[in-house]
Amino acid sequence: MVTGPHRGGERPAARTDRWWRAERLVPKALRVATHVPLVLLVLLLAALAFRAWPAIRYNGFGFFGRSVWNLGNLYAPVVTGRGVPHPPGAAYGALPLVVGTIGSSAIALILAVPVGIGTALVVVEKLPPRLSAGIGFCLEILAGVPSVVIGLWAFLTLGPFLSHHVASVWADHVPDVPVLRFLRGPTGNGEGMLTAGVVLAVMVLPIIAATTRDLLRQVPRGTVEGAVALGMTDAEATGAVTIPWVRAGIIGASVLGLGRALGETIAVAMVCGDVVGSLPHSLYGSMSTIAATIVSQLDGAFTDASGLAVSTLTEIALVLLVITLMANVGARLLVRRVATTALPVGRGI
Amino acid sequence: MAAAGWRKTKNRIMWTSCAAALALLVIPVVWIMWGIVADGVSHWRWSALTTDQLGNGGGLLNAIEGTSLITFGVLVVAGTVGIAGGLYLAEYCPPGRGILRGASEVLSGVPSIVLGLVGYLELVVTLHWGFSLAAGIIVLSVLVIPYITKMTEVAIRNVPTGYREGGEALGMSSGYLLRRLVVKPALPGIVTGLIVAAAISVGETAPLLYTVGYYTKGPSLALTHSPVGFLTYDVYAFYTSQFASGRQLAHEAALVLVVFVLLLIVVSRLVVSLSQRFSPERQRRVPLGSRPSRAAPVPQPVPNAIGGTADEGFSGHLPSM
Repeated sequence: MVTGPHRGGERPAARTDRWWRAERLVPKALRVATHVPLVLLVLLLAALAFRAWPAIRYNGFGFFGRSVWNLGNLYAPVVTGRGVPHPPGAAYGALPLVVGTIGSSAIALILAVPVGIGTALVVVEKLPPRLSAGIGFCLEILAGVPSVVIGLWAFLTLGPFLSHHVASVWADHVPDVPVLRFLRGPTGNGEGMLTAGVVLAVMVLPIIAATTRDLLRQVPRGTVEGAVALGMTDAEATGAVTIPWVRAGIIGASVLGLGRALGETIAVAMVCGDVVGSLPHSLYGSMSTIAATIVSQLDGAFTDASGLAVSTLTEIALVLLVITLMANVGARLLVRRVATTALPVGRGI
Repeated sequence: MAAAGWRKTKNRIMWTSCAAALALLVIPVVWIMWGIVADGVSHWRWSALTTDQLGNGGGLLNAIEGTSLITFGVLVVAGTVGIAGGLYLAEYCPPGRGILRGASEVLSGVPSIVLGLVGYLELVVTLHWGFSLAAGIIVLSVLVIPYITKMTEVAIRNVPTGYREGGEALGMSSGYLLRRLVVKPALPGIVTGLIVAAAISVGETAPLLYTVGYYTKGPSLALTHSPVGFLTYDVYAFYTSQFASGRQLAHEAALVLVVFVLLLIVVSRLVVSLSQRFSPERQRRVPLGSRPSRAAPVPQPVPNAIGGTADEGFSGHLPSM
């Protein structure tokens, strides 16, 4: 982190030392406001951990290894097991959600990272200023369009297109061997992991492309020109000088995009098929992610009078929060260590 | 010569694939805009702007009013906290307090649904506020405070130190100096931050679903026990409606949302370009991507596409000129 010169302390003393003068009150008020995000983060973690505690106790360590989602018999009297009151038969497992979250985010990054880097390279190195400003406008639109609108488009247009015209090209011809088997099978109606991944790719693309573009603009020109003077082609100079110069920054931008993809809710909830209890059979199968499950299951969870269902949703929210925070902090540390550019704060216009 | 030919080919392959990547970025943008606008326009009725949501269809008036009210509330709450935070970080924060800035940036990475869930459990249920305007405004404010803080901080850091030195040399009081010579030149950047915050509050769905609920009439101004309709709900709730009138409403709401966001983007660009045109110290604008610009990096107070700016390390000095 680069901090500016400490201007406050160098000021001559205020004209009055009375505490109610604006000169002395304003910095204090500003200081309080500055602590708000830190306090909120701590409160957030504390609230989630407190609410999730019964579920953590009940679901145990096997929570992330099971494929089951059953609120139990809500019409029977509540029983107590493992110290937690719960409806008889309640059983939860988050394996499908974890697989769905990681799988769709992985598809998103596999698609968005090369496209983002390629776009940034061509914008910085080749395009005339007017055109690259136009691409910047495209990035702003893509970052600014509400996720529910992207979800609507994906549900009506992208999903059917992917399943009927893209996935169907290879789905029947992929060999039936262990890993590739996941690409086989009926391509469905467009609600599933592939569509969710592509939608997420579209949504994290502006983050990766814009950050990489800003990083590339900071590469010292002389070094690249030196490489060209030594006889390298543009592509070789890019590969040997430009990309290594900003590599950590690109990794940071990608991890920031990953954090965004892991936490995206509404667009995924609209195209994922919303299946919580079982693993998808193929890349095209219905599934759900942690974030989408919270939004789609919270209503129903309140029918569980013992509170275990809500607590379980809080537990997966806590897991999601911890993972995204780790990604965010990691990305920022990585970038601060090597680049003068800091990462932007997520999504906006 | 064969080797040279191969290198040329490799060069061409690489730039062709980069151009293909560019196409892969532009295609979804055009596709989304075209899809939403064409669908919205073909379903459009002007009466949607003047009637409330009703049964399986109706209009968008309640949602437009609700979204405007929520956005206004967010701008007031998050604007106060965020601008104050940015001002402190840029002007007063002693060095070595990275944790404050870090916490703000990390807060921006919290998934919005997590905020919505906590808002629902703590504000709506535990505090017995019910679905309410206040809960929605608070949750959305938490979401956008980091953006406003960041943009304010960057904007203020870009104010030349000479302004402050001049003000101090003239014997201005620190409060007057701050208002007239620090905050005022930074205003375009701060306003842009507020516009980003507005765009986010207009477009968010997940944190609002379980905090403001939904109401089919225009919002009352009560802070608690006052569910409010909002535009993104109309899309999310009706896009799979069994009734043509419901799906029509979803398309219309999506069109209104896109128009809102486009307007905000245009306004933020106008703010930036007007402030540059009329700024007293007109910055030398070196064309983006032209080669000499990288030999002497020029600080860019212009925010980039996603709410940050290109140059963070810039500490308040203009380049030697």
